[in-house]
Amino acid sequence: MRRDLGFRVGTGLFGVLLILIVAAIGFELARQSMLSVQKFGLGFWTSSTWDPVAGEFGALPFIWGTLYSSVLALAIATPIAIGIAVFITELCPPWLRQPLVFLTELLAAIPSIVYGLWGIFVLVPAVRWFQTSLPDSLRALPIFTGPPLGVGMLAATLILAVMVVPFTSSVTREVLKSVPMAQREGAYALGATRFEAIAAALFYARTGIIGAVMLGFGRALGETMAVTMVIGNNPQVSASLFAPQYTMAAVLANEFTEAADQLYLHALTEIGLVLFIITLVVNGLSRLLIWSMASSSKPARVPAAALPAAAEA
Amino acid sequence: MKTVLFRSYIRGVAVALAVVTAACGGGTATDEGAAVQAAGATIQINGAGATFPYPIYSKWFDEYHKQHETIEINYQSIGSGGGIRQMSNETVFFGATDGPMTDEQLKAAPGPILHLPMVLGADVPVYNLPGVADLRFTGPLLADIFLGKVKKWNDPAIAAVNAGVTLPTTDITVVHRSDGSGTTYIWADYLAKVSPEWKDRVGVSTAVNWPEGVGGKGNEGVAGLVSQTPGSVGYVELIYAVQNKMAFGAVQNVNGEFVKATTESVTAAAAAVANNMPADFRVSITNAAGPGAYPVSSFTWLLLYEAPKDTARSKAMVDFVKWALTDGQQLSSQLGYAPLPAALVAQELTALERVKTQ
Repeated sequence: MRRDLGFRVGTGLFGVLLILIVAAIGFELARQSMLSVQKFGLGFWTSSTWDPVAGEFGALPFIWGTLYSSVLALAIATPIAIGIAVFITELCPPWLRQPLVFLTELLAAIPSIVYGLWGIFVLVPAVRWFQTSLPDSLRALPIFTGPPLGVGMLAATLILAVMVVPFTSSVTREVLKSVPMAQREGAYALGATRFEAIAAALFYARTGIIGAVMLGFGRALGETMAVTMVIGNNPQVSASLFAPQYTMAAVLANEFTEAADQLYLHALTEIGLVLFIITLVVNGLSRLLIWSMASSSKPARVPAAALPAAAEA
Repeated sequence: MKTVLFRSYIRGVAVALAVVTAACGGGTATDEGAAVQAAGATIQINGAGATFPYPIYSKWFDEYHKQHETIEINYQSIGSGGGIRQMSNETVFFGATDGPMTDEQLKAAPGPILHLPMVLGADVPVYNLPGVADLRFTGPLLADIFLGKVKKWNDPAIAAVNAGVTLPTTDITVVHRSDGSGTTYIWADYLAKVSPEWKDRVGVSTAVNWPEGVGGKGNEGVAGLVSQTPGSVGYVELIYAVQNKMAFGAVQNVNGEFVKATTESVTAAAAAVANNMPADFRVSITNAAGPGAYPVSSFTWLLLYEAPKDTARSKAMVDFVKWALTDGQQLSSQLGYAPLPAALVAQELTALERVKTQ
């Protein structure tokens, strides 16, 4: 009884510590960005100027770059990751399963600076070649304009997609494994094809899959080194995939050590605060989405009372 | 049962709060000027600052330690801004910076700080134009390129100073630093001197609002981007261009000569200024006049407090600086840094007398 209590208190302590740490991070970020918050107020979120010499700072290009690259990376990575997970759990021959799992996990273990180097030497020339081989009619569209630099939003998006895939796919795999066989058997019993049975399993596991996607999104939002090496580091708001742009994590990594005056430092810390708030909001929304999906339509359950009757009949 | 659990949760929260506040409150900086070491014991001196001179400082500290076993100097290359900040907070004994401290920063420091130029560096304009060797640039031309006014390689402004060279029609891609750096400071300082528009629109700092171009992280980032992107132009430290065998152009100096950066031409730039050196050595030597002077050169400074509390460390540091300014200069050229002109070294040795060593 006493040990039980001690266990409860101990783990409760860890839980509370976690909340305190997150609160402390938020509090410290806010405190260290006071100068910038007081000077720019909400205009910080909407201004596009980033001029350390004149002391004018605005976070809009960074917010845009972060969200654009992350959402696009997610759009590319999610179908691939779910596809990998579905293949490994449902369609894969048993001898191939372990090697595939190992290789997917290996992608997650590669340090992000290595991704950055691979990006500079392999991905950037590939994007440059792709851009020059696009027909002129396509290159006139606002999403494809720009000189063939190679570095830019597309290269960053592709690298982020590659980095996000292992996270999303491994969690999706676990979630799919935990779908009870009864669901699939029920689907087959009703005459479903292979694909429809898989779709039924995916539908059952949808809240877990959303959680996996959000995990990947969190990784994409915060990724620093790989992105800063291939995104071009130019603070501009542009819809073009080929334009060099900037993200919040990248500007923090690049400019923090050399920021000598207080306002500059506080402006950079405020960018950290903005990133923190955006991450919290995104995670909060995803939690809300999961909760609403889970409570709106509960998965079908066979009432326990009916089972023995079915067995007898 | 419920009240017992509730009470234990409250106790748990209280313990967690206590742990967190203890961790926060206990983190005071250790006093760098701690008790003077007993004679003969090892003296450890910590410094931090610019990344540009890190290789030569590293070599110097190593050589000096071999000659004076009791003195250990440690250096962290965290950037010029970081070096200045740590100096002002007195968490390090000496600092190093590529851009001199401003008057406000000097006022904010707890005591008077001496700037000592230790070696010379230079920024060179590197470019990626296969088949084109030895381009020449003038200062205003470089400013126009980096301002985005000159957009193509076969622009008449470039052709005017490069007679006889076939220039392609490719667009110019400007590559600059994405991180704050002394290298950027030197480049911006030079462009501000040769272009009033640059001075107005962009200004001089370790990080500026670039009108044009893509950013690479570090000298290596810029070098990598330039070598990968055909038709690009950027700026890197001379040593990077030489060691990576990159093509870089000659820049026209105030006397009208087109000078390519070498250790001799960089030292010539410093020699030209040595006669009018201000007492605190905080001078920019970009756009220096003088025969054979390379215009985009700069000092990198060591920062020392003039009246530190820890006199034992101060004496050790002053001895080291004297050695570095005299014997140490031979090691500079081996690593690709330009040595200081003799006239300047003499002035600095006099200035070192001001530092309190007992």
